[in-house]
Amino acid sequence: MATSTVNQNATLASIIQQRREAILAEWLREMSGATRRSDLMKESELQAQCGQFLDLLARASETGTNAQTAAYEPLREMLMDTSHVRAQKGFTPRETAMFVFSIKRPLFTAIREAHSKDAVAMAEQMWSMTELLDSLGLYTTEAYLKSREEVIRRQQEDMLELSTPVVKLWEGILALPLIGTLDSARTQIVMESLLEAIVQTNSRVAIIDITGVPTVDTVVAQHLLKTVTAARLMGADCIISGVRPQIAQTIVHLGINLLDVTTKATLSDAFGLAMQRAGFSFVRSDKKESKRDN
Amino acid sequence: MERIPILRMGEYLLVTIQVDMHDRLAMTLQDDLTNRISETSAKGVLIDISSLEIVDSFIGRMLGNIASMSRVLDADTVVVGMRPAVAITLVELGMSLTGVRTALNVDAGMDLLRNSLDARKDALYGSRIH
Repeated sequence: MATSTVNQNATLASIIQQRREAILAEWLREMSGATRRSDLMKESELQAQCGQFLDLLARASETGTNAQTAAYEPLREMLMDTSHVRAQKGFTPRETAMFVFSIKRPLFTAIREAHSKDAVAMAEQMWSMTELLDSLGLYTTEAYLKSREEVIRRQQEDMLELSTPVVKLWEGILALPLIGTLDSARTQIVMESLLEAIVQTNSRVAIIDITGVPTVDTVVAQHLLKTVTAARLMGADCIISGVRPQIAQTIVHLGINLLDVTTKATLSDAFGLAMQRAGFSFVRSDKKESKRDN
Repeated sequence: MERIPILRMGEYLLVTIQVDMHDRLAMTLQDDLTNRISETSAKGVLIDISSLEIVDSFIGRMLGNIASMSRVLDADTVVVGMRPAVAITLVELGMSLTGVRTALNVDAGMDLLRNSLDARKDALYGSRIH
């Protein structure tokens, strides 16, 4: 039994080697139907990829048709690379997977021609080929998803860095306008950048503006309180501003204790308080009076 | 044995921690500082931890304890110059050092001590002076 499998696999490799050109031509024609994206990839590039795939498949199938074995390592690597490139170029998952699946028809034609007299061997070989190609196709999709996730993760990181600006409002007064949902990772970065800025600018008051935070739940409140406490440990006062009516309601309903923290409805209220604490006072020059003087 | 120097500046004591604190050093500091406060009857203590890079829960508790002890001995305590990383660590450890006063740097800390001492004197002698 074992020898017959090896023989059969050897035929598979030899089938591919003997009819390489025919399979390649038919495969390319197959792909030019539904899944060919000439706007995203050049004809010659695709041809080179297909040729490489066939060669690697022929070499790997000499040892068996299990795609998980070490013999298929180069093939898997090649598929990983092509999926990665296709994900970046904007191919859909379907188009990427069809790169592998569209080889079925040309390969099956080749197998049928080779085994025209032996129906049992033909069925056997077609079955193992289907299994192999399916698992390779799934592998392609997996690799495609992996590279898309990579892209998403990188974008998330970029957003984290972009979304935590610390602005200096006045001598010794910082503001941190928060936009978007606060999660643990983001709070960590917010906290770090705020504390660094406090040290650098020697600020005594920091205003955390949460106008742009859509929801405040217990976790977010916990994060905010941590930031306020850390700033206090360093010797800076924190004021939370931009508390919207709904958020005030949620905070009270959730039983979050914000009594130790100064909260203000708007950033301007908070700024006024901060100026007062930093020892500044405003004087409004009266327009009418100044006109009379002139 | 290693010791952390305690400097006297008028009515205040100045402690600058410039080495990494280990447990025994913290205990010695606690001893020395309470002794010095009662010897000199200092009215304020300023602890500068701007060189302290590593804290654990023990050191955090020590800082809180020292502040409470000084208050019992009638001296205000201000902890100044805590680094961001140290502050984050303490918060993550769940130690907010409630009751300890803090300031950004020695300057701000001295201001705080002077103001609170003035307020205390006003409260004590205010009625007689005015």
